[in-house]
Amino acid sequence: MKKWNLIVDVEKCENCYNCFVATKDEHVGNDFPGYAAPQPEHGHEWIRLNTFERGEMPMAEANFMPTMCNHCDEPACMKLAQNGAVQKRPDGIVIIDPVRSKGQRAIVDACPYGAIFWNEELEIPQAWIFDAHLLDQGWTKPRAEQVCPTGAISSAKISDEDMAERVAQENLRVLKPELGTKPRIYYKNLHLTDSLFVGGTVVDSKTDDCVEGAEIRLLKGEAEIATTRSDCFGEFRVDGLPPDDAAYRLELSQGDRVTTHECRTSGSLYLGIIRL
Amino acid sequence: MRLETVLFGAVQALRLTAWRFPEFRARLGEHNAIVQLKLADDSVGRYIEFRDGKILTRPVIHPAPDVVIFFKDRRIALKLLAPKQDFLFRIDAMKNFKMGMLGPDELTVWVNEIVSLGQSSWWKQGEDIGGGVTRFTNNTNGGPVQVYVKDGKILRITPIDFTDKDPDTWAIQARGQEFRPPRRATAAPYAIASKSMVYANNRNLYPMKRVDFDPHGERNPQNRGKSGYERISWDEALTIVTDEFKRVKKECGPGAIAVSHGSHHLWGNVGYYLSAMQRFFNNVGFTRVHHNPDSWEGWYWGAQHHWGHSMRLGIGEVTGQVEDILKECEMMVFWSSDPEATNGCYAAYEGTVRRLWAKQLGIKFVHIDPYWNHTAALLKGKWIAPRPGTDPALAQAISYVWLTEELYDKKFVAERTTGFEEWAEYLAGRKDGVPKTPEWAEAETGVAARDIRALAREWGKRKTYLAAGGYGNGFGGACRTATGAQWARMMVMMMAMQGIGKPGVNFGNMQTGVPHDYSFWFPGYAEGGISGDLNFTGAAVNSYQRIPLILSMNPVKQVVPRLQLPEAIMEGKAQGFFTEPSCKEGQFIPYFYPAPGYSPIQILYKYGGAQIGTMPDSNRWARMYRSENLPFVVSQSIWFEGEAQFADIILPACTNFERTDVSEWCSAGGYGHQFFTQLNHRMVIMQHKCIEPLGESKSDYQIFLELSKRLGLGPVFSEGMTELDWVKRIFEGSDAADLISWKEFLKKGYVVVPPEKEKLRAPRAYAWFNEGRKKDIPEPHPLPGDYSGEWLEGLGTQSGKFEFIPNSLLKVDDPDRPALNRYERSWEGANTTELLGRFPLQLMSAHSRYSFHSMGDGKGSALNDIEDHRLLVDGHYYWRARISVEDARSRGIAQNDLIRLFNDRGSVVCAAQITSRVRPGIVHSYESSAVYKPVGEAGTSTDIGGCVNILTSNRSQGARSTSMGPNATLIQMEKWNPAMAEAAE
Repeated sequence: MKKWNLIVDVEKCENCYNCFVATKDEHVGNDFPGYAAPQPEHGHEWIRLNTFERGEMPMAEANFMPTMCNHCDEPACMKLAQNGAVQKRPDGIVIIDPVRSKGQRAIVDACPYGAIFWNEELEIPQAWIFDAHLLDQGWTKPRAEQVCPTGAISSAKISDEDMAERVAQENLRVLKPELGTKPRIYYKNLHLTDSLFVGGTVVDSKTDDCVEGAEIRLLKGEAEIATTRSDCFGEFRVDGLPPDDAAYRLELSQGDRVTTHECRTSGSLYLGIIRL
Repeated sequence: MRLETVLFGAVQALRLTAWRFPEFRARLGEHNAIVQLKLADDSVGRYIEFRDGKILTRPVIHPAPDVVIFFKDRRIALKLLAPKQDFLFRIDAMKNFKMGMLGPDELTVWVNEIVSLGQSSWWKQGEDIGGGVTRFTNNTNGGPVQVYVKDGKILRITPIDFTDKDPDTWAIQARGQEFRPPRRATAAPYAIASKSMVYANNRNLYPMKRVDFDPHGERNPQNRGKSGYERISWDEALTIVTDEFKRVKKECGPGAIAVSHGSHHLWGNVGYYLSAMQRFFNNVGFTRVHHNPDSWEGWYWGAQHHWGHSMRLGIGEVTGQVEDILKECEMMVFWSSDPEATNGCYAAYEGTVRRLWAKQLGIKFVHIDPYWNHTAALLKGKWIAPRPGTDPALAQAISYVWLTEELYDKKFVAERTTGFEEWAEYLAGRKDGVPKTPEWAEAETGVAARDIRALAREWGKRKTYLAAGGYGNGFGGACRTATGAQWARMMVMMMAMQGIGKPGVNFGNMQTGVPHDYSFWFPGYAEGGISGDLNFTGAAVNSYQRIPLILSMNPVKQVVPRLQLPEAIMEGKAQGFFTEPSCKEGQFIPYFYPAPGYSPIQILYKYGGAQIGTMPDSNRWARMYRSENLPFVVSQSIWFEGEAQFADIILPACTNFERTDVSEWCSAGGYGHQFFTQLNHRMVIMQHKCIEPLGESKSDYQIFLELSKRLGLGPVFSEGMTELDWVKRIFEGSDAADLISWKEFLKKGYVVVPPEKEKLRAPRAYAWFNEGRKKDIPEPHPLPGDYSGEWLEGLGTQSGKFEFIPNSLLKVDDPDRPALNRYERSWEGANTTELLGRFPLQLMSAHSRYSFHSMGDGKGSALNDIEDHRLLVDGHYYWRARISVEDARSRGIAQNDLIRLFNDRGSVVCAAQITSRVRPGIVHSYESSAVYKPVGEAGTSTDIGGCVNILTSNRSQGARSTSMGPNATLIQMEKWNPAMAEAAE
């Protein structure tokens, strides 16, 4: 059985909001009986753009991650829903029935991802429906994918086995896996949102020039976490560190010159200038 | 065929159409009239009587017809009545009285429309995709779209994915890989949000009159913006407007009517300001509000003197860069360049995939911008954040390192340039005693000397592309500041030092230089459309030959600079310098308002979108609108936004989804020649009328036609055509007609231009110049007379070489633009110490990302919900201002707090977005709010709409140029609360 999955590559998301706008275009003022009642003109974020800034000038990053209904295989909302208001379709898509869900605000609160929105006027919970109404008409992909300029959003209708293989191959992750909700929205390069980097600028203590090609070893205790080299601006960056308050030691060297640097992570760190 | 038979056949065709199409029958019933067709000497005639929707006819001369259509002789009549029109013949016949149409405009225009509908009623537009849904197409500033319509209402608007039937896509082989873009057209958020704008709650749906405006009594200009509106009929509104036209022309003389329009608005070749608007007002006579080259500024006033390119207002060649980057380039330096935010103007996200290819290839990126912009966020790389306006110093220090470490192309400099010795002396500080070292620049720019040195060395050693401005070889916020001309000049001077044109060394950021078929022609929006204007559009390049129409010319020679329009009206005088693309010296010639023999402006006719938020020192405009010197203001606009609130009469226009038009995507023409170079596929788009105009709104074309009818200009304006006829005429005059039939085009709605054959691809920009050959770039620039040597030999400079010390600037001796491009500090920036004490922050007002100028902003559009665009606080959507963590902390400002930005020119409230992406000391906000909402008196009080241009200076970059430098703006900010609003009121 082939089922729908969505793969979101955080590295390719550039915060253009096309997916957000297309979803509003699809649902504001439009009623799709059996799928979704109209979205309110303003306020709902069925697809939401989240910003994750890391570091500081001159080593700042801005990374972006769209979030939406995860179309979980174990949907928390479905468990709470009365009257069969939340349905899991055979193709994996979760639909909150716009009629049966009337008055069930608990469905909004049930979602651990904050992806369900309350329609005050219609008194129903609403979420991104993976454009199921369009897929059922023969569309090959949801609109969020169609409008994405970079390919950061792509869908795959494949068997769960094939998807599991893809997850392993591409190192895909889901949000809050510990909840056991089994989302069908997978993320690539999620470390850009939930890990830290440590970076700095290596400067020649004699000439005050940037040092290119210095070797940097990052150690935690005695364990070597990573090694890297500085670029032509003397800059280096070790990414993917756990988001913990942790102590690190850096050993920097070029030829016979060596120096060390201690640091503690409270977020991503730009260490500034390190003279060698 | 005999004329008698043709005339009879024409009537039968109308009858058949009426039998088949009820809409056509309904149109027939609009008037009862007798229309006489005849030869001028009455030797042949047939009249048609339209009575209560029925058609009666007899082959005789009627004694009292309402409308007469005459032809001089049989030959002329037969040619003009043939199904396929020879427009050159028809124009000649009309202009030289070989045919004519007599009768009241109301009827003659109607008869033309009936004749036209007799054909077009049979045409099928859009595709029926089942379920009662028709899929149409349209085109926008942010890309072409498909429009799904059900029951007369827009269901959805999507970008276009290609099918197998569309032509192949080009591919480039480089470094062992093949690069081929996706087979689709991308779209920008403001295109995808179009439906929300069409159905916005502040559409102007009915003609309106300001309640205390009486054209025959008290006009109360001082109450503009305050007094509210009442609904009036179209007839009343149009009559007031045309009566005022006639009155001021008679009482005051020519020039009393001025027309002001925003730069961008809707998309199309018919309903565009350079088309229908220009045609109409040329026929009325108007004072032109002359636009400065607002996107080009430093390139126009500065860079072009070194390397020519006047016809692109100072920016360079646009072919071959994509292949060259993929094959050769090692590093790209983005300098004031954020194509992911500015979309190369109209190119949506077409360049994005190509930049991602560059990333995939491991090409190094450097981003020079005080803001970690969206392109930097996507591509990553090295961030260099100079203090705004100090960029020329940074560039000079890089040049200094090249000079002293011999990291420049000496052969190129020796053979292809002039004046380098003098420039090198300046860099070395031989005359002024100040060598332009990285240390010197560090003090000026705030960029560490070691970073400058590292960049200069890397650049000097590696094949590097300079991505200057969003287009890669032009534009950029750094060209719109006090030092804008210095910066743009430095950009081209640096590329001259690096030997522009050799493999891997050029201007570009993957935005230009796609291997298109550059010989395929479809008119861009600036190529005149239906204006027939050769002087102030790009019609002379191609449209004039390809789509002949009756030329129009404005008899009023008075011109007023847009940047000084408020002063012209309030103080009665203004001076400007021309935006003149034909040569680089045109810009030195001043013009004055009022012009000798002309009337001061009495009527301001505002057309198009909100522009008040895009004009420096915006409050001047609010004050102008309330001036006693301005007796009448018309706003022809779609939404009640921006300055529409200051109009006496509002004429409600519809969007391009409610009227018909045709266009090529991202094709500007004129000084935006070959703008489509940015796309992955060239596309010609049928802009279907997807739905009926909302309320009583009308297309701009229709409004101009209605006004024309009241001035006796109906047939002069329409040339006997409907909007759809114009569309067909443009289509048939273009190369699109060779790719697809009219019938199929109407149905499918778009056609993709096949890519150029690999062997015929346009060459790499400047390779010819670098290699000392004649120019082989497929562009008609410069004009033959602008070459000094033989035609196609050298650049458009006096020497034909790149001039480090430009001859053209030597001649004018302008103290603000010395021939030697020495560094001069900004008049309002990091080094203006007295002002800095009071206003310690620098405002950067970049082009907006989620709206296109003011298009898409405000008006209840879906874009308001984008938190990075506006933020909803207590029921109002506040404009965003991005500030640094440090500046927020020192002022006690928290995330999303309302903040008041202010200086001596005014104050604006925004919602704070605290970020690590701006250099401390900088406030980054967009320049194009569509909302102007003063909390108290307009023109003086605090604005909560978000027009940050209220804070910017209208000082020109030079006393002898008409340019703007809004990025040279110092401000202060503080937390704002509603109590402060009350206090202000």
